[in-house]
Amino acid sequence: METFFFMIVAAVAVLASILVITCKNPINSALSLILTFFCLATLYVTLDAPFMAAIQVLVYAGAIMVLIVFVIMLLNVRTESGRRSSHSVLFGSLIGLFTLFQLFYLFNRSSLTGQKGTIDSALINKVGHTELIGKALYTDFLLPFEVTSILLLVAIIGAVVLTKKKI
Amino acid sequence: MGYEILGLPMAYYIAMVLKVLVVFVFVLLTVAYSTYAERKIIGHMQVRLGPMRTGWHGLLQPIADGVKLFFKEEIIPSKADKFAFLIAPLIALVPAFIGFAVIPFGETIEVGGYKIPLQIAAYYDTASGQVVDLNVGVLYILALASIGVYGIVLAGWSSNSKYSLLGGLRSSAQMISYELAAGLAIISVFMLSESLSLQKIVADQANGAWYAFKQPLAFILFFICSIAEINRTPFDLPEAETELVSGFCTEYSSMKYAMFFMAEYANMVTVCAVTTTLFLGGWHGPGFLPGWFWFVAKVYFLIFTCMWIRATYPRYRYDQLMRLGWKVFLPLTLINIVVTGIIVSL
Repeated sequence: METFFFMIVAAVAVLASILVITCKNPINSALSLILTFFCLATLYVTLDAPFMAAIQVLVYAGAIMVLIVFVIMLLNVRTESGRRSSHSVLFGSLIGLFTLFQLFYLFNRSSLTGQKGTIDSALINKVGHTELIGKALYTDFLLPFEVTSILLLVAIIGAVVLTKKKI
Repeated sequence: MGYEILGLPMAYYIAMVLKVLVVFVFVLLTVAYSTYAERKIIGHMQVRLGPMRTGWHGLLQPIADGVKLFFKEEIIPSKADKFAFLIAPLIALVPAFIGFAVIPFGETIEVGGYKIPLQIAAYYDTASGQVVDLNVGVLYILALASIGVYGIVLAGWSSNSKYSLLGGLRSSAQMISYELAAGLAIISVFMLSESLSLQKIVADQANGAWYAFKQPLAFILFFICSIAEINRTPFDLPEAETELVSGFCTEYSSMKYAMFFMAEYANMVTVCAVTTTLFLGGWHGPGFLPGWFWFVAKVYFLIFTCMWIRATYPRYRYDQLMRLGWKVFLPLTLINIVVTGIIVSL
């Protein structure tokens, strides 16, 4: 049952991500990207990570994509111009081929499941996913967490400085 | 009832379907009749009678309105982006309704030996003797609220009209701003409940005082921010009839307009239900009446308050609205979190 469910969600995710790069209309591309995020959130739920799923929808689909749609609307881009330079096609296919090669290499060489951590679904169901993430974030990964917060603060100040003509 | 599907008894599925049906029909009826109640209440507050002609004291008015909208002509502007134009009302409507899946609306009842919790996305775990629900219930509701923005934004953009676009831009800015303040306001609730599960939040309030008394500032801020997020007066700038001729839904007609209308009222019902659950003790009340009665009574009281606010306050100006959100509400919620943190850790 779970595999069947995964198949459906994965198929929708792949289809939506293909639509992201093939749609002529930027708004439709953005909508397909939102659909992809939803599929990702569904996959998180099946992996016993409800907190990640909720944050995926809340932050990516609900905040970041709203900003992107907002900008598309503000600039009022209707359709993307059809002309593509040969350079972008060349570089695009090179990057695509490289990624494909990497994927095949990984499939053939290393084990796909990776190393097993200390946290399994029994522990998640007992303690709670949110609690586990919170504890890890504020104890083991405190320094990266604080560094990220400083980075974000710098970004906010930078945005204010750039938009204000006189400070 | 000996059948089992995927390791769960048949009764589990029957109870689930029944709960979904009952809640959905009840919310739909509430949505329909809150349009009537709004017109009636505001009418009487302004010393008018409100609808009087259809049925006794206009009681059939919502049905008449529904039939009228259903038979109106569907108009799609020729320059509109068809796909987005058609999908926008659905994106607005669906999140407004499915938020009810995680809201507990009554105590656990026992039917034929099976214990059924009155909450759609929950089941009774016989091994631990507890009701298990989605343990990120509040985040689920916040996530749905953030999806609802797309309905309005897409409607505004796809109509290909100046008024609609302005309405859409305004609403996306407004909803993003107030979503932040509303989200930060309920963090102080989580600090007290130490859980994101709505079952646990309700149970915690039953043991102590309601969070409305423990967190009066968070309660008021959350309620006001929610009203702003669902675009109700005094924050209904995205539609602002006088300047934007109904804003994002200018070009909509017939059932598609009705969907936006329903989404607006369904959002109001959802917001009132969430506020009841988070701050007013959920379905708990004096024991002589069942839990669902108290839940419905509290929700209806909050809906009445929304209408009362609409009849009382004029619409905000756009710069006032933004100033209120970013310079007043956001700092207040942050201060509230710090103060709660100090008190909790003492």
